[in-house]
Amino acid sequence: MAKVHVNSTVNGEVMEFLCEPQDTLLDVLRNQLNMTGTKEGCGSGDCGACSVTVNGKLVCSCLVLGVEAEGAQVGTIEGVSNKDQLHVIQEKFLEHAALQCGICTPGLVVSTQALLTENPKPTEEEARYYLAGNLCRCTGYDKIIRAVMDSAETLRGDA
Amino acid sequence: MAVVDYKVAGSIEEAVSLLANAKMATRILAGGTDLIIQTKPQANSVAVIDIKKIDSMMTATLDDSGLTLGPSMSCSEFTARNDIKQVFPGLVEAAYLIGSTQVQGRCSVGGNLCNASPAADTIPALIVNGAQCVIAGSKGERTVAVEDFVTGVGKNCMSKDELLVAIKIAKPKAGTSDAYLRFIPRTEMDIAVAGAGVSVTLDDTGTCTAARVAIGAVAVTALLVPEAAAALIGTKLDESALKAAAAAASDASKPISDRRGTADYRRQVVGVLVKRAATIAASRAKEK
Repeated sequence: MAKVHVNSTVNGEVMEFLCEPQDTLLDVLRNQLNMTGTKEGCGSGDCGACSVTVNGKLVCSCLVLGVEAEGAQVGTIEGVSNKDQLHVIQEKFLEHAALQCGICTPGLVVSTQALLTENPKPTEEEARYYLAGNLCRCTGYDKIIRAVMDSAETLRGDA
Repeated sequence: MAVVDYKVAGSIEEAVSLLANAKMATRILAGGTDLIIQTKPQANSVAVIDIKKIDSMMTATLDDSGLTLGPSMSCSEFTARNDIKQVFPGLVEAAYLIGSTQVQGRCSVGGNLCNASPAADTIPALIVNGAQCVIAGSKGERTVAVEDFVTGVGKNCMSKDELLVAIKIAKPKAGTSDAYLRFIPRTEMDIAVAGAGVSVTLDDTGTCTAARVAIGAVAVTALLVPEAAAALIGTKLDESALKAAAAAASDASKPISDRRGTADYRRQVVGVLVKRAATIAASRAKEK
């Protein structure tokens, strides 16, 4: 089977890769581009561990084909920090101990960034609904929500 | 191997010709939230045709004639359209209920319809609004009402060389509105145990002059229930009319028992949902 040549932009950097038509964007990120920050949880779009943005829209990368990334702007967890300087959201997750095993964390950070880009001042209820597609089996969500609300406040400059 | 060939169609004509000339099982790829799970490596080989580069598949227009919806427009874009929400609040609510934020960014009303799950949320909401499916194929275009489009679990009426190219809803009469409700045991991220869509038209006195009722997840396909609508028409949607509509919907349902609910439970809940959705649709219709 012929591999497909795909040109894409990942975290602002032009990238090209070869993939099989059935490879998901998640497969491509992890196995071709060695960007293993994005995690595979369920592989069926239910858990949100593989959350990335495609053309600014939050999606599960396990539900996108790699070939669909042709000409697209992809944003992953690797693009959230500014090199060694953690993003406010990442700092707040650490500060509030909003993670335990860490598998869901990259997806949650990417989703939180998408939430706060769309809605800089979410209510707790809005944040909980927006993040309902990101499952965490460790924390019970409370610390995550505290980190999200604190991130929002800090990013708005209200803190 | 699952997806063994990927093609991008630049136009509806090209998509139809790719379908007609396909040498293997071929599926249309819109948001892929159902399709990609069905095409895991152990599944049979399929070719996919991506239709997201076709402008008319991805946009919606609302004008004096009504709504023309590109079937593959993402639900996140569709539900953000306040102009559409004002006219068809129930349909927009139904679209909003599908999946998580991540899924909303890719899934579409047309995909929900073509995937033809008995529990699809948008199908009852489309049916009560009298939505029509415009289907393109090698023999030209044809139009089918949504209630006739779905023919079974995961099955629709399209042949191998056809695809859904538009969903059309005529502009509703003055005093018309709709609502869709579903029951799930959780608050988010679940599949309907039962669902109900209702559209009502009220005159100046608050009397119901037209109604449509459709129920989901309680039969092989979503069902249009004319008996439930008849119970509402000519009334002011008083308690006895609502009870009669609920009973008609429960009678029309043919649910199964599965891990999400027993048949008896679904039969009862679907009636309650019809009653509540009718009340919401009526309160919205009064504001129009």
